Amino acid sequence: MPGPATPTLTVRVLLFASYADTLGFDSVQLSFDRPATVSDALERLRALPGGQSLPPKPMCALNLTHVRPDTRLSGGDELAVLPPLAGG
Amino acid sequence: MYLTHEAIDLGRLVASVQSAARGGVACFLGTVRNHHGGREVLCLEYSAYAPMVEAECARITAEAEARWEVAIALRHRIGRLEIGDAAVVVVAASAHREEAFVACRYVIEELKRRVPIWKREVFADGSVEWVGVGEAGKRVSGEAGRPASADAGDTAPELVGRMEAESQ
Repeated sequence: MPGPATPTLTVRVLLFASYADTLGFDSVQLSFDRPATVSDALERLRALPGGQSLPPKPMCALNLTHVRPDTRLSGGDELAVLPPLAGG
Repeated sequence: MYLTHEAIDLGRLVASVQSAARGGVACFLGTVRNHHGGREVLCLEYSAYAPMVEAECARITAEAEARWEVAIALRHRIGRLEIGDAAVVVVAASAHREEAFVACRYVIEELKRRVPIWKREVFADGSVEWVGVGEAGKRVSGEAGRPASADAGDTAPELVGRMEAESQ
């Protein structure tokens, strides 16, 4: 349980297509005990099996909008890591 | 809804934006090709981050309608598509053809650049591959570092920067 001095920040991370195949799941909850950015979440993913094959700066969306890696996360955010798009 | 599992009805989309005042109607259809990289393709399987597809398509459509005097209709199909099926249809209707063409082009180009949809090609030789993923992404365990840097996914920060610049 989070203590009052170190509130826990929890975000839901979604993976799609080739990234979901590589890491073996399409959704995971990540928690941080300090302010965190999109890059911090990506570092956590890279530490997981298969995570090393993520590119250095994958396309990311936060709450359905494209964002930069330095964007700050808020509790309850939905972070999506998007493989190269192939619509059309 | 911009996403559909059903076959796209071009006539219905045209009718939704055509009017007595909008006499110029430009359409773009993206259909499934039977070849890629010299190999025979049997079919495509499209998947999507559906809530963001809806949000991003709404933004792109609004941008086009703010920039030009046009009405836009847009659909993208997901699921399994056969050769010749329409995966995406853009219709732009305007009083004049010039705006209809330029807005239609804008919508399809922005869709390809920004809308989270992916496709897997099923080849005649039985292999299945995600489209647009570099060599690193096709391997189960890519070499760390170098191969991934050639991945199109690297372009994300530029994408965000350009979108912000355009909105100013």
